[in-house]
Amino acid sequence: MQKKVFIGCGAGFSGDRFDASIPIVKEFKHINEPKYLMFEVLAERTLAIAQQYRIKNPEEGYSPFLDSYIAPIIDDCLENNIKIISNIGAANPLGAAKRILQIAKEQKTRKPKIGVVVGDDLLEYMSNKEILESPTMEGLDFSNNQITAANVYLGAKPIAEALSKGADIVVVGRTVDSALALGPLIYEYTWKNEDLDLLGSGTICGHLLECGAQVTGAYFADPGFKDVPNLAKVGFPIAEFYQDGSFVITKPKDTGGLVSKATITEQLLYETHDPSNYLVPDVTADMSGLMLKDDGENRILVKGGKGKKAPQKLKATICCDNGFMGEAEISYAGPNALERAKLAGQVIRERIQILGLQGQIRVEIIGAGSVHYSMDESSSYELPNNGDYRVRTSAIYPKRYQAQQMVDEVMSLYCCGPAAGGGGRGYITPQSSTASILVNREIVSPNVQVKIL
Amino acid sequence: MIKLNLPVHSIAHARAGDKGDVSNISLIAYLESGWPVIEKLATEEKVLEIFKHMGATKVDRYRLPNLKALNFVIHSALGGGVNSSLRLDRHGKTLSSYLLHELIIPVSEDLLPLKSPYLNKFED
Repeated sequence: MQKKVFIGCGAGFSGDRFDASIPIVKEFKHINEPKYLMFEVLAERTLAIAQQYRIKNPEEGYSPFLDSYIAPIIDDCLENNIKIISNIGAANPLGAAKRILQIAKEQKTRKPKIGVVVGDDLLEYMSNKEILESPTMEGLDFSNNQITAANVYLGAKPIAEALSKGADIVVVGRTVDSALALGPLIYEYTWKNEDLDLLGSGTICGHLLECGAQVTGAYFADPGFKDVPNLAKVGFPIAEFYQDGSFVITKPKDTGGLVSKATITEQLLYETHDPSNYLVPDVTADMSGLMLKDDGENRILVKGGKGKKAPQKLKATICCDNGFMGEAEISYAGPNALERAKLAGQVIRERIQILGLQGQIRVEIIGAGSVHYSMDESSSYELPNNGDYRVRTSAIYPKRYQAQQMVDEVMSLYCCGPAAGGGGRGYITPQSSTASILVNREIVSPNVQVKIL
Repeated sequence: MIKLNLPVHSIAHARAGDKGDVSNISLIAYLESGWPVIEKLATEEKVLEIFKHMGATKVDRYRLPNLKALNFVIHSALGGGVNSSLRLDRHGKTLSSYLLHELIIPVSEDLLPLKSPYLNKFED
């Protein structure tokens, strides 16, 4: 019989449902094969913010939600030999590991062995100049800004190494999301660098899991067209992986949601560019020949994943401060509301000019296709003039007070704008822009270390 | 058989993702019969035209016949990307719905999934 490995995903982004992993853990208690629980909680922006926390306090800089994800399940995981793999370390994986040890102590669990992967932080071994001179892939010109974070995406091998050293829990910082699943698979099946099709299949499996419920019916429902049962109790995904590289995607019993060919296909292509060349540090995965087969209720068998040689260089994300965004909104409803909303937008535009605030300003009308058109573009949606519309204005400025000036102008519409504007709100948020660069492996590899706590 | 001009939403579903200033949108036929239709009509040129007002400069299309799916990679469509866009929807998550609404195709009844609300349109 083929050796099976079970991998569940308990979170697909920083702030995802904190209780989502509980049904997975419950299901895993009855399984006697290797079982893993991954939490993907680290977006580009999350890491830049975490880096700021670490600068202020060297003990901090790991995921602010660490306790919320780990505390409810750590005891059950340790008791049932469910290993936890997560990028919950953010800007400080060692700090995260220490906090997890504390939680274990507080709950009087057995003492976990924690593997910590470090080496993704380029600021520790590359100068600003070297970073700035690296070729960029995408993103903005950041040469005039202060770099606040620079992290290279690591692969799955350090995770596999930590597991081979007996870790119950593996904490990483910036690592490609799919590696949270590929790491355990490399360890369990002892895959080698030349097992490209298997590494490709494991990466595709990780890619399907990494956004949590987005593969099990969440982010999918379109009532009447694509119905999903019991979305409020959507089950998070479990992959049942087989030695030959095929795997089943399913979800825990007694949960809501849906696993179908359609949910799998949507998630497969989510944030994918060329499906034949899905680049991660360990392999170039090829999903172009993938086949999906029904395998019972809420079970889809995925097979046909392939792999090609890993890319030569590694991708890194650079973050820098980029001023402040002001956003403000005000509503108009009832007779002739659309015309009043448009007039409000024009007034703001003119006021911003009078104040001499430089830069682009965007005005959208919520209710009039705001996410697809700015106020000046003619919308293809049928819009009644009488209705419920909300003017939203946004702009980014170098200084906070400038963003405040813009917000104040929208608030001034209470007394100075068209008739009957109401519900004004304004927000100011610091901005961090990002760019991607390519880094030579030889620079990164010597700095990647696996520590066991 | 009668054909009506309907949004591609009637025969396919979609999801949008973002990487920097690049949006990718999948377009997946519900039925086998819908696959040749979207393959023929959802061209790079057509999709570029739909997203041009958002700043799109180039569209690459990838085919996955096994999965009845197309994947569109739309460059410069996100107003600078999630960390610098001024838009309410900084990720462009809602762009999938926009594609489903804007791409109009001739549809016959046999292309619609069972119980599709679009069946009403054929009753008159």
